[in-house]
Amino acid sequence: MNALLRTADIAPIASSWAAPNALAVPNSLNAPAPRTLLRFLTCGSVDDGKSTLIGRLLFEAGAIPDDQIASLDKDSSRHGTTGGRDYALLVDGLAAEREQGITIDVAYRYFSTPQRSFIVADTPGHEQYTRNMATGASTADLAIILIDASKGVLPQTRRHAYIASMLGIRQVVLAVNKMDLVGFSEARFRDIEREARAALSTLDFTHVAALPMAARSGDNIAASSSAMPWSHGPSLLAYLEQVDVAPVEQGPFRFPVQWVNRPDADFRGFAGVVASGSVAVGDAIKVLPSGRTAVIARIVTAGGDQEAAQSATVPTLVLDREIDVSRGDVIVAAGDPIRPLKRFGARLLWMAEQPHDPNRKLRLKLASTDANVAAIEIRQLVDIHTYGAVEDTGLAMNAIAQCILALDTPVVVADHAQDRTLGSFILIDAISGATVALGVVDSRAAGGAAAALQSPGLLQRLFPPTGERPRRSVVKALTWRATGSADTFLLAWLFTQSAKVAVAISATEIVTKLVLYYGHERLWARSTFGLAQAPTPEDANSTHGAGI
Amino acid sequence: MTHLSHLDALEAEAIFILREVAATAENPVLMYSIGKDSSVLLHLAMKAFYPGKPPFPVLHIDTTWKFKAMISFRDETARRLGLNLIVHTNQEGLKAGINPIASGSRVHTDVMKTEALKQALDANRFDMAIGGARRDEEKSRAKERVFSHRSPGHRWDPKQQRPEPGRLYNTAKRPGESFRVFPISNWTEADVWAYVARENIPVVPLYFAAPRPVVERDGALIMRDDERLPLLPGEVVQMRKVRFRTLGCYPLTGAVESEAGDLAAVLEEMAQSRFSERQGRLIDSDGSASMEKKKQEGYF
Repeated sequence: MNALLRTADIAPIASSWAAPNALAVPNSLNAPAPRTLLRFLTCGSVDDGKSTLIGRLLFEAGAIPDDQIASLDKDSSRHGTTGGRDYALLVDGLAAEREQGITIDVAYRYFSTPQRSFIVADTPGHEQYTRNMATGASTADLAIILIDASKGVLPQTRRHAYIASMLGIRQVVLAVNKMDLVGFSEARFRDIEREARAALSTLDFTHVAALPMAARSGDNIAASSSAMPWSHGPSLLAYLEQVDVAPVEQGPFRFPVQWVNRPDADFRGFAGVVASGSVAVGDAIKVLPSGRTAVIARIVTAGGDQEAAQSATVPTLVLDREIDVSRGDVIVAAGDPIRPLKRFGARLLWMAEQPHDPNRKLRLKLASTDANVAAIEIRQLVDIHTYGAVEDTGLAMNAIAQCILALDTPVVVADHAQDRTLGSFILIDAISGATVALGVVDSRAAGGAAAALQSPGLLQRLFPPTGERPRRSVVKALTWRATGSADTFLLAWLFTQSAKVAVAISATEIVTKLVLYYGHERLWARSTFGLAQAPTPEDANSTHGAGI
Repeated sequence: MTHLSHLDALEAEAIFILREVAATAENPVLMYSIGKDSSVLLHLAMKAFYPGKPPFPVLHIDTTWKFKAMISFRDETARRLGLNLIVHTNQEGLKAGINPIASGSRVHTDVMKTEALKQALDANRFDMAIGGARRDEEKSRAKERVFSHRSPGHRWDPKQQRPEPGRLYNTAKRPGESFRVFPISNWTEADVWAYVARENIPVVPLYFAAPRPVVERDGALIMRDDERLPLLPGEVVQMRKVRFRTLGCYPLTGAVESEAGDLAAVLEEMAQSRFSERQGRLIDSDGSASMEKKKQEGYF
């Protein structure tokens, strides 16, 4: 019998992994017509039905196999909180979660329709687990913010909206859920929509859609609801299928070196992900922080050398000359003005249960680089109700701060709004290894109370701040005055041969020109004209530190 | 500039994760279970480090109850790719006579898989073990991080997982701590098969339907891979055309009746299927939370 079996089991297998086209593969076997991928998260306050909504979406999309539905019906009668089939149990994975009927950690779920594949991050509503919500938000293209129609906009709704915006999400669906509890009332829905849109108006979202629904009964989830004939919008699933997905990151070529590939003396390549832009063989590049330049000689992939590589791909780059490159360096286009910085503005979400203690050593991890944190200089803590400032009571769990981050070594960073890879980082406790904070680089955050989150005034729009603070202008004015007035005194003395006149001229000049210089300097401080890159505060010292 | 296709995006993500292991681990290892997910994982590792070889050995925990076709496929794969293959069996467990039939699935899995894995990781001082688990397989896996931190003793604490935003994997660890790393966390079973087809990745032939000797037991079809599987009163071995959706120890792995004799047919069948792949795994059904408990104890 076994002999028979073995014969049956010997099926032809491809002989080489590296030759995917060695065997003819019928077209039907190739990947299905490339579907796009939408990563979204669901967030909102506790108990507004996030898990039920996702469970329902999975069910409606046919992603729940029959054996799991059977197991769901069994679990529903044991733990269910709703009577009948409890769709939330499909996604609450941990025993503690099922016992308590809440979601603790982010769960990832997968389903697809003919148009699109979806990766869903189901994130917890409890304030205590905000860090897990942020984890889910960090990779998402779109956020579904759930609002319980019987409760309206809650503090946690506003917190999650802020974090989603801070982490770069630009598209939002306001899912007004549990419409069945308010008699499917259009007036109630419109009230909530108005309130929610007002709450979100100062955030960075570009698209906000509001949809009424009832996840438990399936109203407006996969098909329009007969209970809400007044709602003419698409169902949630239809909306998700057609919404525009964030395009591949354009912008300048940026390639954080992740790993140096040196299998033998003949090959030395630099592996990583193209964080933004694209690169082609023959492109002139430079390596930061060293600033050394080279030309791209080869773009190596396992499928053969490529002429070019686009963003989000993971090639291995070979340069035309031997220069020192290691993990943590960033390869950029030769003309890219980006520079390494030792200090930069940032927004932080403190995630550790222990508040920040300035005596505890922290390390920053940004792209493939790390550095020691010298100081976190808080500019202001953000109030999650008004998105304005609150009293600075230090960084406790779930606090959001605008701050300046000072490092012991310069790191190549970019504003998060322009570059999600070089613009986001985590802070790690050097002793325990715990991730204590998540941050985004934001030069606006350095300016303090007034700068962030408010729409800029005319002056600021014409002359966006470059980050030079008045203190710096005062010192510059003083040092220049000392030099300039000494020169004036010497020249006046030389021409008039009178020390008395020379003293009078230079003494008057000290006062008038000090004031003139300060005014002149403050105007220039608002201009980025002629700068290699709009710097964040006090970065001048860091460029020296970088040795370029 | 176009969007990466769904599969290209998943591939790039996995390659990034594999390189992050190579760059940050002191002594990494790739857990190789011979199944389709492991085959995809190995293929991704070959791509990630091309033109070099993966800079880590490959570890197989042999319970001595794997299908014979799996073991021959394993050895053939190691030869073909020139891998440094480490095979470990829990010798104490073997001497104590632990087996899936007499000891039951729970004890067998605990001693011959979980304990054996810990032994091999400890003996070789591996600090990052790469595995082919996917989040869509089972509910507690859906919650696990890509870089899953383990305390000394390999325990997983689901309530103390490190936040893992974007590609910012925190690989910091204290002495005795380690990581399990799952590069294909975000792949579904359908993605794995689509990728196997696209890249022509060899898989164990047991995934394709063929006449095989099976017995019906507790509603499952168990293949009698050798004489060690005793026949209970009334059981008869029948030749049936079956295939497997997942592979493990043969007495614990249920087959499904199928006509899908090749990849195209398997993809077609999957599109129609209304049952999850782990349905055939007898060790998962001890209770809804059983996998979570096994994971806390250090099961992969």
